[in-house]
Amino acid sequence: MYNKITTPLKDNIVNELKAGQHVYISGKIYVGRDAAHKRMIEQLEQGGKLPFDAEGQIIYYAGPCPPKPGSVAGSFGPTTSGRMDKYSPQMIKQGLKGMMGKGDRADAVIAEMINSKCVYFAAVGGLGAYTSTVIKSLRVIAYEDLGAEALRELEVVDFPAIVAIDSSGSNLYRTEPGKYADKFDINSVLSKK
Amino acid sequence: MREIDSEIIEKAVKELFINANYYLGEDILEKLKCYRKLEISEIGQEMLDRVIENAELAAKNEIAICQDTGMSVLFVELGQDVHVHGKSISDAINEGVRQAYSEGYLRKSVVRDPLIRKNTGDNTPAVIHYEIVEGESIKIQAMPKGFGSENMSAIKMLKPSDGVEGVIDFVLETVKKAGSNPCPPIIVGIGIGGTMEKAAILSKKALLRPLSEKNADGYYADLEDLLLSKINNLGIGPQGLGGITTALGVRIERYPTHIAGLPVAVNITCHASRHKEILI
Repeated sequence: MYNKITTPLKDNIVNELKAGQHVYISGKIYVGRDAAHKRMIEQLEQGGKLPFDAEGQIIYYAGPCPPKPGSVAGSFGPTTSGRMDKYSPQMIKQGLKGMMGKGDRADAVIAEMINSKCVYFAAVGGLGAYTSTVIKSLRVIAYEDLGAEALRELEVVDFPAIVAIDSSGSNLYRTEPGKYADKFDINSVLSKK
Repeated sequence: MREIDSEIIEKAVKELFINANYYLGEDILEKLKCYRKLEISEIGQEMLDRVIENAELAAKNEIAICQDTGMSVLFVELGQDVHVHGKSISDAINEGVRQAYSEGYLRKSVVRDPLIRKNTGDNTPAVIHYEIVEGESIKIQAMPKGFGSENMSAIKMLKPSDGVEGVIDFVLETVKKAGSNPCPPIIVGIGIGGTMEKAAILSKKALLRPLSEKNADGYYADLEDLLLSKINNLGIGPQGLGGITTALGVRIERYPTHIAGLPVAVNITCHASRHKEILI
């Protein structure tokens, strides 16, 4: 049921990933959220480069807890991706093949995903404790002063996610909820009180 | 007059925030398991399995359930016959928060200024709501509040003529608009009445009532059930990927209001609805 994929992602793999597929991601992934994106885009706009080579890579929207002594990573679940919508089209143009976070994306982001062949993975929101166990190494690669918001590189093994929006624009957030509308019976929970 | 050393408050607050972040309430776990049995979406079932597994793992490994360990919100009921000596009560609470986020390896998520945005580095200051009550004790309720869900909250000043239908419409509109963003399944806190800020505070306080406890007022208990039914028929589902488990509960608090007004606030929390309390 789970497809195993390894970064960096090639176009042929990206094209095969379809909305609704469960994946286990292994390899290097990059972590950045609001403040790191703001800085990266400012650097690009000033004619600079990103602090990492984005070609074929996945960026994960997250800001972790600090690790306890003796562990690699603290709680490390996804944050709301929509806050990065403003920056994502430019990031995709730098060669990103995957983005990962939680929640739906803006139409402008999806249009660029189709144009440049990029997928959006949904990690499970709130899965901080579990996610910390699939992280094998972690290092800050830029913007250390941002603390939890610094840009990080992770080595992960079998990071669980779902293809929420694929590179043809098929989007679970828009196709799925309609199927389950008006299917809930309140009595099924009231009787359990 | 009872004397309480501020260090007792400090220590209590520290433990409350660490425990709230590591150990999900039994009422919430129970509700998650109940909905796991009812969920008809396969993706939804998988999401709920993972969420339950995650909460159990966090407790076992003593690590934060979710990396968004929140802004530190406290409701304090201070007995009027209590005298706190040592630090001021607010300073003691903030010191407790500081220690919890440092010693508990929790994320520091607070910026000093909303526009300049420099992290304070210790998750202070907390947001503290005080109420002076009768008696010689202090009740402290601690709630690390994540912002994925906080950002999806809303307030509206309805007209009296909008009535209960207006309230229902606004709640549904807010939950629909929130969609996948607040990490459903959510818990919906609703404050009705008072003034604008009173409704907002009530909507947050509403989230503290355990999911196992019905509203004491029959009218509002029925309204909570009606809203829960309507919300879970929206189809949003776990993580917004479709399903019947959009909300685990709806909690309403109300207060008298002005003849001209009907304020309604909706405060949303994710499935990691974390709160602990202590009576000193």
